[in-house]
Amino acid sequence: MLLRHTTDEVLERTSLTINPAKTCQPVGAMYAALGLHNCLPHSHGSQGCCSYHRSALTKHYKEPVMAATSSFTEGASVFGGQANLLQAITTIFTLYNPDVIAVHTTCLSETIGDDLVQIIAKAVAEGKVPEGKHVIHASTPSYQGSHVTGFSNMAKALVTYFADPEAAKSKQITLMPGWVEPSDMRELKNLAARLGVEVTLYPDTSDVLDTPHTGKHEFYPKGGATVEQIKASGGSLAAIGMGPSASQAALEALQSKCGVPGTLLELPIGLQATDRFIDTLRTLAGVEVPQSITDERGRLLDVISDMHQYLHGKRVAIFGDPDQLVSLVEFLNLLDMKPVYIVTGTPTPQFETRIQTALGGNVPEAKIKAGLQADMYLLHQWIKQESVDLLIGNTYGKYIARDEDIPFIRHGFPILDRVGHSYFPSVGYAGAMRLLEKILGAFMDRQDRDAPEERFELTM
Amino acid sequence: MARRSIAIYGKGGIGKSTTTQNTVAALAEAGKKIMVVGCDPKADSTRLLLGGLAQKTVLDTLRDEGGDEVDLNEILRPGYGNVQCTESGGPEPGVGCAGRGIITSINLLEQLGAYDQELDYVFYDVLGDVVCGGFAMPIREGKAKEIYIVCSGEMMAMYAANNISKGVVKFAQAGGVRLGGIICNSRKVDNEQEMIEEFAKRLGTQMIHFVPRNNDVQRAEINRKTVIEWNPACEQADEYRALARAIDNNQKFVVPTPLPMDDLEKLLIDFGLVDGVAPGTEVVA
Repeated sequence: MLLRHTTDEVLERTSLTINPAKTCQPVGAMYAALGLHNCLPHSHGSQGCCSYHRSALTKHYKEPVMAATSSFTEGASVFGGQANLLQAITTIFTLYNPDVIAVHTTCLSETIGDDLVQIIAKAVAEGKVPEGKHVIHASTPSYQGSHVTGFSNMAKALVTYFADPEAAKSKQITLMPGWVEPSDMRELKNLAARLGVEVTLYPDTSDVLDTPHTGKHEFYPKGGATVEQIKASGGSLAAIGMGPSASQAALEALQSKCGVPGTLLELPIGLQATDRFIDTLRTLAGVEVPQSITDERGRLLDVISDMHQYLHGKRVAIFGDPDQLVSLVEFLNLLDMKPVYIVTGTPTPQFETRIQTALGGNVPEAKIKAGLQADMYLLHQWIKQESVDLLIGNTYGKYIARDEDIPFIRHGFPILDRVGHSYFPSVGYAGAMRLLEKILGAFMDRQDRDAPEERFELTM
Repeated sequence: MARRSIAIYGKGGIGKSTTTQNTVAALAEAGKKIMVVGCDPKADSTRLLLGGLAQKTVLDTLRDEGGDEVDLNEILRPGYGNVQCTESGGPEPGVGCAGRGIITSINLLEQLGAYDQELDYVFYDVLGDVVCGGFAMPIREGKAKEIYIVCSGEMMAMYAANNISKGVVKFAQAGGVRLGGIICNSRKVDNEQEMIEEFAKRLGTQMIHFVPRNNDVQRAEINRKTVIEWNPACEQADEYRALARAIDNNQKFVVPTPLPMDDLEKLLIDFGLVDGVAPGTEVVA
């Protein structure tokens, strides 16, 4: 009983967060920057920040995450970090030779007010940025928002720094995937290819954080959107942003800077959200949906109807990032399950409205909370008040699952104790099939575990 | 005699550094051993005592040498009357964090043993209003125990003094810091002395001295000197000696009672500052 001090009595809290359902902005900025080809993320702050953010990503992806730091000392916090960053830019281009240095700030550099626009301009003016190379930045103080905000800020920076309003008009469609796994980004590109739609997807961490073992270490793996691709996205026919929390800012920036019409969708997780994604792509590009995709959808629908008896009426507690939650809740609702407790630590405008829309009025008892006090502690208290049949969330949920003896499915960021998330998608029909398999597996394993001998079924 | 640690606060431009240095000079003349710690990034708090600005600041050493192997003699210089002078220094305007600079520099001074010498007084001359935690450093953790606020009869100076008192209340509750009094540095405002006396009374403290305006202060400053050094016989030198004596003999240390804004405005009206009508004057219709 690791969380034995958690009680079922929920007291009003105004400033205390216990076991937050979120992490730091720079983690997201670093992840988004890794979705750019030949890019070295750079943390403008003290070394500890950078170490933590790198290790958070490394532990989730089981891949070495490279990032540099301005290594603030006492002196840098008094005099500002300009000298450190200028030196860092010189050192990084000399030793590590990336195409882009993507700088994100930290709480310390934000609080002392370092002006990155001015520092980067100075680096350029002093010739510290070689011809054809780039330094970009995003402002990511962790006392605002969450890791999702950091991802959104860096995704937007890719547009504001690179997207070219003068780019040649093309038929390609820009996809902004939001914070999803490399496997998901790969699947989105696959779906578009099967539809026959030419897309540019960014940020794109596929082939960066899910690289094959070749026996040779590549400091910059082959994946990631290139600067040229992002520049050209300014001439896209249209853009689709997936997940308002992670993609809306970048989508709007591309629209206002380059006049690319943007469509904002929820993440294509689950049957209906995938339908909308496929349909939007089909409509924008004027293509037919191939039979193979229709068949894939049909197989998903078949499993849903075959296994309905195991799903119907099951109560679910779910926590994670807002965009993921909205689509997952919609899928669970479609499965006739009851997502009763929904928590995200990321402050999210319209979160309850989006979740209620996803629930379609089917779960009036649902408790929904976003923001600083929407933490794992509150979720656990709700579960203590009235338990659930399933818990879905990142690895931190395992403590609640163990204490309350609830089946648990890992989904979201971070997953520190299982593999698969970076290799098998959860988006698209294939992703929905995998989610469904995991949900069914969790219920059936539990049934097998708890069945008396005379009810221990061979066929389920 | 136990060492007394004094912090001087007040609105920017009110004359904190000038008043501090002249008072320190008067105390030094009377044989006191004193250290002055300038807590202003401009590093001009000891100019009159040293006869010039040419001093390496505490934070300069951090910038140049990374904070290691700093020699105390580089940053602590004797000035008039053997007053030990040191300046925190800090970043240029617009970059970095001056408040963090004060914290860093006072910690460095402690590490380097600046406080180990035999001293009767340590004076902290602090920049402007208390705008962040850094500028409260001299009154945190039991460093300065006495505070004097330099003020004039001008509304914004009184407003700042009232605000600083609010800060003092907070630190007084947590530690031993007390307000020793208001130093009125006259700007020749109508009824200035009476008004500041009343203001001080309302704050629960005293006007410890009324320093009249006198151009000898400016004349001495042009010569990079305190009036005590420039012309020990002048009237203004005696004013600072009187202020120094008052501080040296001060027994009244209080937790101040800051005024609500309305009361502060009313005080200004009562003393005829706002509508320009002096008290007791009949307004003839």
